[in-house]
Amino acid sequence: MSTTEQPSVPTNSGPDFNPGPDFKDIPAFEVDPGLQRHLADARVNVELDTGDMIINLGPQHPATHGTLRLVVRLDGERVIAADPVIGYMHRGYEKLTEFRTYPQVTTLINRIDWLSSFANEVPFVHAAEQLMEIEAPPRAQYIRTALTELSRIATFLLFLGEMGLQVGALTPAFYGFRDREHVLNLIESATGGRFHPNFNRIGGLKDDLPWGWIAETRNVMKIVLDACDVFEDLVLGNEIFQARTRSVGIIPGELGASYGVSGSNLRASGVDWDLRRDGAPYLAYPELDFEVFTHPDGDSFARYWVRLQETRESARMVLQLLDKMPAGPIMAKVARIIKVPAGEAWVETENPLGQMGYYVVSKGGTGPFRVKIRSASFSNVSILPWMLRGVYVPDVVTILASLYFILGDIDR
Amino acid sequence: MSDLEVLTTRVTEALGDSVIEHAEACGNLVLRVRLESWRSVAETARKELGCNYLSFISGIDWMPAPTVGLIEGDTSTPAQPKEMTFGAAGSAGRFQVFAHVQSTSQHIGFTIKADLDEAAPHCESWVSVYPGADWHERECWEMYGVVFDGHPSLRHLYLPWEFEGHPLRKDFPLLAREVKPWPGLTDVEPMPGSESDEDSKDEAGEA
Repeated sequence: MSTTEQPSVPTNSGPDFNPGPDFKDIPAFEVDPGLQRHLADARVNVELDTGDMIINLGPQHPATHGTLRLVVRLDGERVIAADPVIGYMHRGYEKLTEFRTYPQVTTLINRIDWLSSFANEVPFVHAAEQLMEIEAPPRAQYIRTALTELSRIATFLLFLGEMGLQVGALTPAFYGFRDREHVLNLIESATGGRFHPNFNRIGGLKDDLPWGWIAETRNVMKIVLDACDVFEDLVLGNEIFQARTRSVGIIPGELGASYGVSGSNLRASGVDWDLRRDGAPYLAYPELDFEVFTHPDGDSFARYWVRLQETRESARMVLQLLDKMPAGPIMAKVARIIKVPAGEAWVETENPLGQMGYYVVSKGGTGPFRVKIRSASFSNVSILPWMLRGVYVPDVVTILASLYFILGDIDR
Repeated sequence: MSDLEVLTTRVTEALGDSVIEHAEACGNLVLRVRLESWRSVAETARKELGCNYLSFISGIDWMPAPTVGLIEGDTSTPAQPKEMTFGAAGSAGRFQVFAHVQSTSQHIGFTIKADLDEAAPHCESWVSVYPGADWHERECWEMYGVVFDGHPSLRHLYLPWEFEGHPLRKDFPLLAREVKPWPGLTDVEPMPGSESDEDSKDEAGEA
């Protein structure tokens, strides 16, 4: 064969259509009349009436972080309506608090948002302290702030890894779990509990920090900052991740606020509101120098971006706290049997998942009369029926992952 | 004038006659409004005062719990008062509905309460003002039996659909406590060799 002669390449169109030697002897097959109708419809671009299908997503679906059940009405791949069914994890904490003394309640509320238990204790203990008109000493406030920020880092590192997992990237999950382990070890060495520290006492803390904790924390914060860079390169810069998350699950800022969506979810919708900076001053936050990040887009990508920046900022805040950590006692003068005078207190804090608040009503005595627990995930998830209208099924998982809720925080 | 006083003046002027009473509770402004203006208060709060953020809606039952403290010698159960007293800004009866609204731009917020009829507690729904009121009102309805007029679908949120009763009412017993007093004196054994009375007295002094 000379080099100038072109080999005959089978083409599918044109006057020289040549099916090739292999296709000559294929017998004609009979097309099913039903299929022919569908093909004809597809050719003229007619929307087929496929009928709605109702399926249950959950309560054991991995994307639901526990036992959230979504009753989804589907038209083909598209969600027409979604109704979240909650309550599989309902433990009746608001009733149980009425039968317990104040120190016993802190054990309960550890289990509301089990990824950042320490941050749950702070507002309740703060409310009791306000009613008793006592204040924890400065060192206790600083340690509380540091541990709150550490639990924020632990919660967000899990999110940064897991969000990748939900949209199909397996690797970030391993990094997330690995680096979160360092932070959990810090919390464990200071409080004795990895997930449920129960470390706050009304008027201070149970113990002082262990020897060597501050140096170890500095090391871990370096690991966390490095991990943030890794996530930025590996996940945020990834084309597939961007395709799966950009403009998926948009929450308009004003609508999100009227639904009570808070925390990073609201800041990702461009609402510049952080209780650490804007709320009533609590813990050591007024003495810290930190930035609040917002993103104008309000989509799943923005929520990931905001949480990544906040993880970084939290690590910087912990380093500041370690530098400024004052010496002194860790408990105020409190009687052994805690009696809280009559009154009402509303304390809200910026938790990893959003605004956490306790409305504590006391009638005097050793236990609260009524505790209204305002948990972040409950309101964050209540916007789901609005958000899921008209999205495609794979995007449901992206939206659930990017909202980042904990079932214990929804059901209480 | 402190920030709270400025806020109080502003809010009470905007709400006008709807406010029955207002009080300060640990730095938080608590208003008691007329039941018939429950929804218009929300509209004023959202449109005129700029409170675009709904924190929560819930109820409260001021009746003393008849079931608490029945077991003799069980000091772990918190002592509760025997007569009906009311909290900040007062109340006309047993049931109240209360809510907290906030502004994300002005960084203000306040609590609103309204008295309910004891026999048939009901009030207007806030869903048309704050869409997020949907779930909060469903929760309040199943926990306290407060009917929200105008709510699109008032059905159970946490509890199974056939559940009877309203668990957060004070006369609804916590059966687990009735069956077994926990954590009571019965299941706490003193440590060997310890004299618990003297210990507690010593530590109460130094704390």
